[in-house]
Parts: sequence; structure tokens; C-alpha cells
Amino acid sequence: MSRKLSGSVRLGLGLAGLVLFFGLWEAAVQSGLLPSGMVPAPSALGPAWLDEVRGGFWQQAILDSLHHYLLGLFIGSVLGAGLGILCGMLDLLDGLLEGIVRLLRPVPGLAWVPFAILWFGLSTAGATFVIAISVFWINFYAAHSAVKSVDPELYELASAFGHGSFVGRLFKIVLPASAPGIMAGLRTGLGQGWMSVVAAELFGVPGIGARMMQASSLLATDVVVVYMLTMAMLYAITDFLFGFVRKWVLRWQP
Amino acid sequence: MGSQMAAISQADVVASLQDVGLSHDGGEHFVLRHVSLTLARGEFVALLGPSGVGKSTLLRVLMGLMHPTEGQTGGAACAPASGKAHATRRSRAMVFQDARLLPWRSVLGNVMFGLEGLHLNKSEKKARAQEALRLVGLEDAADRLPRRLSGGQRQRVGVARALTVAPDLLLMDEPFGALDPITRTSLQEELQRIWQQTHKTVLFVTHDIEEALRLATRVVVLAGGPPAGITGEIILDMPERNPDTPAFRTYAARLRAMIAGEPDPGGEAYWRSAEI
Repeated sequence: MSRKLSGSVRLGLGLAGLVLFFGLWEAAVQSGLLPSGMVPAPSALGPAWLDEVRGGFWQQAILDSLHHYLLGLFIGSVLGAGLGILCGMLDLLDGLLEGIVRLLRPVPGLAWVPFAILWFGLSTAGATFVIAISVFWINFYAAHSAVKSVDPELYELASAFGHGSFVGRLFKIVLPASAPGIMAGLRTGLGQGWMSVVAAELFGVPGIGARMMQASSLLATDVVVVYMLTMAMLYAITDFLFGFVRKWVLRWQP
Repeated sequence: MGSQMAAISQADVVASLQDVGLSHDGGEHFVLRHVSLTLARGEFVALLGPSGVGKSTLLRVLMGLMHPTEGQTGGAACAPASGKAHATRRSRAMVFQDARLLPWRSVLGNVMFGLEGLHLNKSEKKARAQEALRLVGLEDAADRLPRRLSGGQRQRVGVARALTVAPDLLLMDEPFGALDPITRTSLQEELQRIWQQTHKTVLFVTHDIEEALRLATRVVVLAGGPPAGITGEIILDMPERNPDTPAFRTYAARLRAMIAGEPDPGGEAYWRSAEI
């Protein structure tokens, strides 16, 4: 098949795939192929969701998690991209931080949970901290490599037209030239942020993650799946909204 | 440097190099050495030489983008003209071989690039940029993005960007070298027209003898080396810039000899650097 599928055909195929997936899943549970104690049937998800909504848990969990998510995402993205840009521009700073970066980079956000509890307690700040850390590295590396790959001839152009200072280079060349890479980092961070929401709330800060942990300890698998799908939906919405921002910022791109 | 140069008063000197040498490794190997050059107001000087000889490097020294390892540079320095806080122009501007437009800016935005930071308000900047675009015949393309332009149009934007800062000296680094011959000829003619309108002092780097003879009032040859030096120069006196005329061909033969380091095949004597 050499011809590319049109947008509407693609969308239709995607929906068909989803319907097929849930259909097979339902059939497997109904027929007893999958034990219903281990896997909830998709048909059980609706009632479970309604229960959560009626109790107000669902709305509250979303609000709490959104709070952690947005705050952590903002702090992690700004610090990560900011430091990445600075390191990309300043060789001295880059060299100075290289060892530290190599040391801290492999530590996953989850590993910071003990310190988050110790430093911030079971609070919004603790959850925010864990999310911010995992978002930080993605943005740091994305911005760093985007700035490093700016065409050096553009710096010469900046110097020739009176923008050779650090500030001139930063605003006239580096930020716009590395915007595609920085935006790609922000977008990846957007997804990573939702993933780390669960980790951040594992230790009891209220939110989607905490609610999932409660449900799983009661073996309420249908509630767990409801929140899994909730998170997928929230990610889809944030990614969709960010798409507009990205498109606007990079409107000069083909 | 010849009798014609001595006649130039100091006020008419736009830029000068005295015994300039340039080394990339702190003085061990020199790319250029003992280069002296004076550019007088209103001149169109072609800097002619083979590829890789160091013409672009010399241009960057004049632009202030590179500092000579030895010797002196004279004339007003680059960036906000003469260092005045309220400058509305820059003393030097450059046109690059690869146009070097910013892909995220519109044509107008690219032309305004050099005006930013000068003591002008927004509408003045816009008016200046639009005027420069008119001069290169691209006033209708102001809102377009560079990727929507042809190679020749891109180069015109590069010329407009340089002209709009109202420089005393316009430095052009093989600006038409990457264009097809037809576009190239039309841009050469256009540059001639612009030069006659504005009487800018121009230093035009090229490795094309015919291009040098079509455009310049004086051709300076940079050859030999490394280190390369100025091997000769000719002040052109041609009423008609036609490659088929005997005068044009004589000049071309003499320039070829200067590039190759051979004796002058005829005509008036030309100046020769002691080094080469």
C-alpha cells in the first residue's frame, strides 16, 4: 500500500480498533476466558465510574491531580528548559554541570519520593516536586540539544547586525531557532508529567494516583481501570490543547 | 599604495587595513599576511581571488567579526555606528553568500533585523525596511516567509537587510555565487543600479573575473600563499561593461595573470605587494 490514508479514514480505523479491542475484552471476560476477579469487564466500568462521580471522588481526584500536575509541569518545564538553554549557550556552565547532570539524570522521579516526604511531607508540594523532577530532565535535554544544534552561522549573522551580545543572541537567534526542539521537549514532558502523577501520589497525597492505590488495595479493579482511562483522557486533552500552542509558536514552519 | 590612493584625503577613507596578518593558531601559520587596503568613499571594489584563499576571512576582519593577529584596521567600527548611543544606522553591513535569512521571520522581519536595537521607533523601522525592499524590488513580498522565496529573491532580501541599516561600507561575500547564471546576471545589473542610486562604498568578494569586471570600479587581487597577500590591483576605466570588448578582455587577461602570479601581460603597470 503506497498511498497514504486520508485523515478521516485514519480516524475511522482508530475508532474501529478501539471498538474491536473493547469488544474482544468484553467477550473474553463474559466467556470466562479472563477471570472477572482479575480483569473487570468493560461493561462494568460505566457503573463504577458513575459511582465515583456520585460520590464526588472522581471530580475531586481530577482537581487534586490537575493541581499537582500543572504546578509540577510548569516548574519542571521552566527550570529544565531554562537550564538546558543556558547550558547549551554557555560552554563554561555546561562543563561545570556535566558531572552533576550525569550523576542525577538516571535517578527516576519515583526514587525521589522518600525525600519528597521528608522535605515536603504528604502535601501538594511533595507531589509537585516529584512531577517537576521527571519533567525537568526531559526539558533539560531537549532544550540543551536544540540549542547546541543552532547553526553557528546565525550567531555570525547576529554579530554582524549588532545582536552579538548574550541577550541579543538569546532572544534574536537561540530562542526562535531552538523553538521546535524545545516545543518537542515540552510535549514529551506533558505526557511524562501524567505518568509521574501516579508515582507522586503513591505515598498518599490525594489525587488520581492515591485513589487508584486505594481501589487496588480493595481489589476494586473496575475503579482502577476507570482512573487509568481518566488519566488517558486527561493526557489526550492536554496534548490536544498544547497542539494549538505548538502550532502557533511554530507557525513559520512548513 | 599607488598615486591614486595617496590622493584620497583621510575623511574619504571608509575603511582601511594596514599590514594586516591573520592566523588561526596564534601566529604559527598565517592565512593572510601583509595585507594593506584602503577603501575610499563611493568606490566599488571587487576583491578577486581563487576559492579558499582567504577573501571571506579578510571581509570578516573588515566587518569586525574577526580580529587581525597583526597589523591595524582603520575606519569606523561595526555595530551601532561609531558607538553612539542614539545611532540610527550601522557603519558596516554584510551580505552573505547563503543569504542567511531567519526562517521564522517574514521578509520584512528579516530586513528589520539589523534595525532592531537602533534608536528608531517601530514605524520608522518599518518604513526604512519597506524602502529597502522597494529598492530591491520585493515590496510585494514583505509578508512572505523566506522558504517561499527563490534563491535570487532570498539574496535580494539579504541585500535589503544590509542596505536598510544605511552603512558607510557594504561588505558582500560572494553574494551571487550560488545562483544560476541568469538570476546572477540580473542581480548583478540590479546591484549596479542600486550602487549608482546610493553611491555606497562596496567591497565585493568574488572568484569570478567577469563578475568583478562587470561591477567594480577597482579590482584588488588576493592570491598566493598561504599566507595569501594582495598581488595586484587595477582601477577600471571602461565606459561599457561588455565582455566582448577588447578593453574587457585585456583587463581579464591581466587579472588572470595577477591571480596566477605571472608577469603582467601588458597595459599599465600595477602595484604588487613586496611579500609575494
